[in-house]
Amino acid sequence: MSARSKAHSAVRDVPQVDASTITTHSGHRGLQMLEPLIFEMGSSGRTGVDFPPVPKFESKLGGLGRQGAIGLPALSEPQVVRHYVRVSQKNFAIDSGLYPLGSCTMKHNPRLNEKVARLPGLSDIHPLQPQSTVQGALEVIDTLAHWLTTLTGLPAVAMSPAAGAHGELTGMMTIRTAHEARGDARKRILVPDSAHGTNPATAVLCGYAVDPVPSLPNGRIDLEALKAKLDDDVAGIMLTNPNTCGLFENQIIEVAEAIHAVGAYFYCDGANFNAIVGKVRPGDLGIDIMHLNLHKTFSTPHGGGGPGSGPVVMSAELAPFAPLPYIVKGPDGLRLIETEADQAAAGDGGQSYGRMRSFHGQMGMFVRALAYMMSHGSDGLLQVAEDAVLNANYVLARLKDVMSPAYPGPCMHEALFDDSFLKDTGVTTLDFAKAMIDEGFHPMTVYFPLIVHGAMLTEPTESESKESMDVFIVTLRALAGDAKAGDAARFTGAPYLAPLRRLDETRAARSPRLRWTPEAPAGANE
Amino acid sequence: MLQTIGVKAVDELFVDVPRSAVLEGPVDLPPHAGEMAVERALSEMAAQNMAAGTVPFFVGAGAYRHHVPAAVDHLIQRSEFLTAYTPYQPEVSQGTLQVLFEFQTQVAMLTGMEVANASMYDGATACAEAVLMANRVTRRRRSVLSGGLHPQYRSVVETQSKFLDGNNVACDPDASGVEDLVPLIDEDTACVVVQNPTFFGHLHDLRPLAEACHKKGALLVVAVGETVSLGAVTPPGAMGADIVVAEGQSLGNALNFGGPYLGLFAAREIFVRQMPGRLCGETVDLEGRRGFVLTLSTREQHIRREKATSNICTNSGLCSLAFTIHLSLLGEEGFRQLAALNHAQACAAATRLAAVPGVTVLNKTFFNEFTVRLPKPAADVVDTLAERGVLAGVPVSRLLPNAGLDDLLLVAATETTSDEDIAALGTALEEMLS
Repeated sequence: MSARSKAHSAVRDVPQVDASTITTHSGHRGLQMLEPLIFEMGSSGRTGVDFPPVPKFESKLGGLGRQGAIGLPALSEPQVVRHYVRVSQKNFAIDSGLYPLGSCTMKHNPRLNEKVARLPGLSDIHPLQPQSTVQGALEVIDTLAHWLTTLTGLPAVAMSPAAGAHGELTGMMTIRTAHEARGDARKRILVPDSAHGTNPATAVLCGYAVDPVPSLPNGRIDLEALKAKLDDDVAGIMLTNPNTCGLFENQIIEVAEAIHAVGAYFYCDGANFNAIVGKVRPGDLGIDIMHLNLHKTFSTPHGGGGPGSGPVVMSAELAPFAPLPYIVKGPDGLRLIETEADQAAAGDGGQSYGRMRSFHGQMGMFVRALAYMMSHGSDGLLQVAEDAVLNANYVLARLKDVMSPAYPGPCMHEALFDDSFLKDTGVTTLDFAKAMIDEGFHPMTVYFPLIVHGAMLTEPTESESKESMDVFIVTLRALAGDAKAGDAARFTGAPYLAPLRRLDETRAARSPRLRWTPEAPAGANE
Repeated sequence: MLQTIGVKAVDELFVDVPRSAVLEGPVDLPPHAGEMAVERALSEMAAQNMAAGTVPFFVGAGAYRHHVPAAVDHLIQRSEFLTAYTPYQPEVSQGTLQVLFEFQTQVAMLTGMEVANASMYDGATACAEAVLMANRVTRRRRSVLSGGLHPQYRSVVETQSKFLDGNNVACDPDASGVEDLVPLIDEDTACVVVQNPTFFGHLHDLRPLAEACHKKGALLVVAVGETVSLGAVTPPGAMGADIVVAEGQSLGNALNFGGPYLGLFAAREIFVRQMPGRLCGETVDLEGRRGFVLTLSTREQHIRREKATSNICTNSGLCSLAFTIHLSLLGEEGFRQLAALNHAQACAAATRLAAVPGVTVLNKTFFNEFTVRLPKPAADVVDTLAERGVLAGVPVSRLLPNAGLDDLLLVAATETTSDEDIAALGTALEEMLS
């Protein structure tokens, strides 16, 4: 027998073992590392940095020096790097697979944007340097503002809001200030029942009462119900368009006319602007004011939950009431209006209600968004919208016979399903989502919008190729078949193959354990 | 794909859009451009700015230039961190969640508090949220804002409470660090908000103030504008603070012209259900293995809608990751040494400036930033020195115009400030004032 065939027979001799039954001695499983918390990694006297010695000096802390240990671990750079690399590997990310999280717009983040955001001339500048030394930074903000106002058809923009929800707050405060400037104290904001949770939460922070408006069976706002609620106590409406069902509000012009007829303002939640960018200008639809999520439409990275950036575009009528700061063009170049005193001195008629945050805005996100916009251009941004809508409709078309679309197509950038295709299978929307994890996909947004039973809001974005969507579609069709064929166990116990199985959220909330403490090591907090 | 969908053209998919509103062609903006062209255009804008690292640099007032170790920026650009979102599906988000749990623990340790959330937008918005939280906890509406509070923090607090019947008692700017807030606390007071070190750099023992607050049923909210100070100064939690907020930019994050930054938010554990923002908690999976989830979400907008504790949704995920990695690299000893270096360089700068004729240092105490009185308007001095390639600090009048404080300059030094930088500032100021 030759050496070669011997080797083959050796392979044949390997006992058949179910890999899932193997327990390892280290706790690691191949490339899947078990990683402790950084506080549990022990050791002392190490550090991952190398500072010069501290020179002798006379303390000016006035006897308030910190006493006792802080409790931070002491680790070397290789230990810290390995720790965070291992930890990172427990994340699903858009770079690793299709991430159809509806309403969140998980599209590709071009790396050029990361590179330019780190140019020292843009990242290593202080917000309070003399303005003559940061004219290029102000030009970035001003240029981005020009792109945003041109794309939305609304002439002014407040750049400072830190995220979408912060932009909503900015918008509603602007509306309230505009009403109050006329001595018109209105108390109610209309919010459709399909709205993001941030909308009603924001209205309340502005001292408004929230008046919900029902949706029609076709997923759009009920115009007649809306009209019935309108009177001179209504300050405005907060409407998402395209809405959270992934549908364009086809009566939006009539909504705007009705709102304006009672002297109220039309706030648009612009979270879904990515579906219409370059195709439709919100200003042409009668919208008065709208926030944009730069991390959605203009692809700044989501970063595991921020930072976002939520500039608010608005009409000329609302612009004088916008928050501080803003940029004006003067004889010496661009200038920031930062305080009420600056505004009074500028004599531009501004009656700002105040400031939303420190400094001027999410500059690092502005640079990334501007790089994205310049790369795509007016033609490419239009294609972003068209491809996003095309992809969503392709997913909808190929899944509609096995899953249950909440509304007939065409949709905009999201395909929305309800859970009626799972009826009597013993499988819930959550189970279905968890089974997708085993298949290598991030689940879609589930149980939102609230008006659709067991909702599955699926947003492939323009980033996905037909090939990747086809794999996704074939998988979902097979899963829907499994559920209907009675293979409930595949779903109710899922995920089986993720780093962890399903987590006990009730336990987490019942006795919250929100930090590591040395007294109670892991698992000992019963 | 069009055939599968059953339409002839993409335009048919936009059938619900009112025809009158559909644009006929591309909007009036430049067409697409290649990587080289875009990089060149942005590099040209970048070149018009005076980067902090190229000149003697003493600018602070709520944002500080620190050395960020190279490993931080490398790790936060890992795809798994950079291109994931809020961990709604914990089984495939343990990376982000474990970092958040570590972050919350670090923030609690630094501030000396029991619990911390997963971050806010920045220090100022965290401060405003703290005031709203104090109102919820005490069911009162009156807040006393120290004259040592950063003017922009104060503005944001006033904006946030403007339409909520908030009653803010804002004290005059306290440049010399002598104000006494105790007489202003009454039975209607929800909270007293102080900053430590103050906007002008002064350090205070907050224990007497905390005691006075608690005697009247009010909360003490402490804002920290420079997180590195917590490596040297007694933390607010050890002085009786009920809520601590801070600007976390100093760790892990570049100056970035003011954002994105991250707000730290810590509190006593009994208030946890009134806290704003995301919280990450420990639990176990089906097989009993430790894991982490977002928890207590019944406080939040996506569950509670108009009854939520805040409207916040996205926070500062990637900035807090940078914070956590930087602090992990520093460790106990490194963080304390970093703080000591900052204090040492600020002491050296103060000594040098005090020797400039006509210049007075106002502070008896400070950490890495202090206030000087100049014989000329500080804004003019700063502009002139900028032309000579020295960024001397922040004129108080930039943030507090018309307050009669035009001759005051805030000067900050950090571990990145060299002895040569300090000498250059001293010499330039001497030449200009002589």
